[in-house]
Amino acid sequence: MARIVGVEIPNEKRVEIALTYIHGIGRSLSNKILKASNVDPDRRVKDLKDEDISKIGSVIQKTCRIEGDLRREVTANIKRLTDISSYRGVRHRKNLPVRGQRTHTNARTRKGPRKTVGIVRSKEKRKEFRTGERGRKK
Amino acid sequence: MGRSLKKGPCVDEKLLKKVKRLKDIGKREPIKTWARRSTIPPDFVGCTFNVHNGKTFIPVYITENMVGHKLGEFSPTRIFRRHGAHTERSLDKT
Repeated sequence: MARIVGVEIPNEKRVEIALTYIHGIGRSLSNKILKASNVDPDRRVKDLKDEDISKIGSVIQKTCRIEGDLRREVTANIKRLTDISSYRGVRHRKNLPVRGQRTHTNARTRKGPRKTVGIVRSKEKRKEFRTGERGRKK
Repeated sequence: MGRSLKKGPCVDEKLLKKVKRLKDIGKREPIKTWARRSTIPPDFVGCTFNVHNGKTFIPVYITENMVGHKLGEFSPTRIFRRHGAHTERSLDKT
């Protein structure tokens, strides 16, 4: 168990993989970092010396935005879009797909589990619906 | 995919001219426009545009954050009321 940049505690995996446990670092960025800090990506984290770890940490802090900072940046970007109420911001507000995907079907990732909102066909049922007996009977 | 840098941003030239003219004489009235595809350059900040959405003109006040977006992004072309409104209305009639 080793600590890199604050609270990240990757385990006994290869360094290349262990670094991807940090939010904001994927395989390719992890490889770049290891190259910049002259560490062999195949080595296990437990075999690393303290100086290697501190070197990796300093490289990460210099080159990339990770964890809390990254999350804050992403939410700030979304907030900007919603504040100026651009189309993309409106889609974020409504929790619908932002990049022009279809919503007739699918889009379940954004919309969440299916909820039926259709119209109530028979007159009596509609009365029940209006008087607030919604969901009591099927 | 982004637009080629070589071309530069797509700004409606007539609109830009009009904005400049209005700024020179210090007038601040909404500019009616159909140029939804026009990017918002920094010169537009502080102006109000009435951007066509296919049916009506939607007033859009340009702030600094909006620079780099297109005018059309602020004038939605579809309005979602609710599901089943038509059917319910036709059922009410009968």
